[in-house]
Amino acid sequence: MNRGRRLEVGVTGLCMLVAFCMLGPLLLPAPPAADPANAALLAPGTAVTEIVLDDGRALVSPEVREERDITVVKGPLRKVEVTNERIVSLRTTRFWLGSDRFGRDVLAQLMAGGRISISIAALAALVALLVGTTVGLTAATGGRLVDSALMRLVDALMAFPVLFLLILVATIFRPGPLVLVAVLGMTSWMGLSRLVRGQVLTLRGRTFVLAARAAGCSPTRIWRTHYLPNLSGPLSQDTALRLGDLVLAEATLSYLGLGIPPDIPTWGAMVAQGHRVMLDGWWLATLPGIAIAFLVVSLALIGDGIQERLSLSE
Amino acid sequence: MKSLVIRRLLLLVPMVWLVATLTFIVVVAAPGSYADTVDHPGLTAEQREALRARYGLDQPIHRQYLSWLGSIVTGDLGTSFVTKEPVDRLLARTLPPTLLLGASALLLDFVLGVWIAVTAARKPRGWFDRISSVFSLGIAGLPSFWVAGLTVLVFALLLGWFPASHMHSVGADELSPLASLGDLLHHLLLPAACLGLVGAAGTARYLRSTLLDVRGERFILAARARGLDERRILWVHTLRPALLPVVTLLGLSLPFLVSGSVVIESVFSWPGVGLALLQAAHARDVPVIMGITLLGAVAVLVGSLVADVLYAVVDPRAREDGS
Repeated sequence: MNRGRRLEVGVTGLCMLVAFCMLGPLLLPAPPAADPANAALLAPGTAVTEIVLDDGRALVSPEVREERDITVVKGPLRKVEVTNERIVSLRTTRFWLGSDRFGRDVLAQLMAGGRISISIAALAALVALLVGTTVGLTAATGGRLVDSALMRLVDALMAFPVLFLLILVATIFRPGPLVLVAVLGMTSWMGLSRLVRGQVLTLRGRTFVLAARAAGCSPTRIWRTHYLPNLSGPLSQDTALRLGDLVLAEATLSYLGLGIPPDIPTWGAMVAQGHRVMLDGWWLATLPGIAIAFLVVSLALIGDGIQERLSLSE
Repeated sequence: MKSLVIRRLLLLVPMVWLVATLTFIVVVAAPGSYADTVDHPGLTAEQREALRARYGLDQPIHRQYLSWLGSIVTGDLGTSFVTKEPVDRLLARTLPPTLLLGASALLLDFVLGVWIAVTAARKPRGWFDRISSVFSLGIAGLPSFWVAGLTVLVFALLLGWFPASHMHSVGADELSPLASLGDLLHHLLLPAACLGLVGAAGTARYLRSTLLDVRGERFILAARARGLDERRILWVHTLRPALLPVVTLLGLSLPFLVSGSVVIESVFSWPGVGLALLQAAHARDVPVIMGITLLGAVAVLVGSLVADVLYAVVDPRAREDGS
């Protein structure tokens, strides 16, 4: 990896993935309907015919043969014959990334799961940013007693292995999506509060802050012109890396069955389901795992890139 | 040296107290749900009261808190809601497999990490360096459960070289001691490799940059001037000082190792603490979860203490700063 290009590569990767999840459903043709009987566990790229019947049911199968006045749909488990009058519409389409064991389109699920996983991680990072900054600022400005009390609390919280804390909290509060956001956010703000506290304490002694104070600048002005610009770099670097950790944490919880309810697709849950049918469909667990890695590596590159820019500007 | 150990040990006591209190607060802060976990729709009111009394849930909160603290001091962590097994006995049963897995992973982490870093630092920007840096970046982004699943698919199910799960084969009790040990190692290799690989990538990345820093030092130039063999300069003169911070790094990686073992034990059905935690989480077995969470936090605290002390042992400079 060419150093100095990391930020650009990371941002490009992140934008591509977000665009894929958000815009994909609008740009791509509608995915085939789910037909567990005839279209389960089809390999990526399989062409199928989708037949919508007059009672609203949809049959999807790779093997459809038209005979004089009946159409024969042959699935792996059964053979269905329908008279041609009952067919409302018929189209040929493709499972670009295969189908799962319920006959659902993996591509559509990957996009839907990505929207959920990315939103949860982003919102949780926001919670962590708010809590971490508040605690860090309070510790740095609230006097010695407040400072040492808060920092001992942070030390103790950081002693918990993150996953243990997550499992404890996720078991006590049965998570829906919003609870999961709160749980993830509340278990990942500690490093950030240390960072904010350290930065503020360092900045306080820097000459330009002392000069501004000596020149009679108001505290608000000093915060706006000196503290915030100097905090924003380290904070954005930390947030990029934290987002990656949160994506992994959400995926791990979903994989372990402790995330949001299993009927909402997330990448972690998709890997877990794929592992159950590992030998019949390698693509089911592989693709969401690659998506997670793509996202996390993009975020890591962004974090490294920001770090590089910061050390250059020092 | 001695004063450092004593000081750190004294600091450990309030930290353990704080960690225990936080665990209690998280569990009790959930309105009613802790007590509800022993609830069941089929119970009569008397049965419900009897159950709550049996687990001490009818006591006021400060009483429950004191008895929780007392139970930590005495080591009696209560009884599982589900299996009725005392939590301390459950820990005694599940801890050895986890320690075995964790120690093997740590060893692999260290050995593999050092080998990769030294080989990469021999020719910075050479092909091995480039491949290993891409590899270590990628492995940090891959979810561990995904890597573990793929490992099972390839090495256990497709190639059949290793067993896919558990610690012993069926009927391993009847094997001779040596064959039984071989069976155990055969089962251990895949999960330990999965757990150690992520850490090895981190160790390698860190050690590589320290190695490159040390290479610029004057004593390396002096060693080269004395005509020493490049291999010796790298493995002895450069590696030794560069290894010092790795001791701290291994201490810092302990929380991730403990967290990672939950995932790996779940994928490989390894009968350790992580798997017990997961089963307890699905059954909402609060006493077990509390006990294991506390154990995990204390393990991390003790681990960082050991790392600090070890660092003082290997690096005299830290010893002088410390006292």
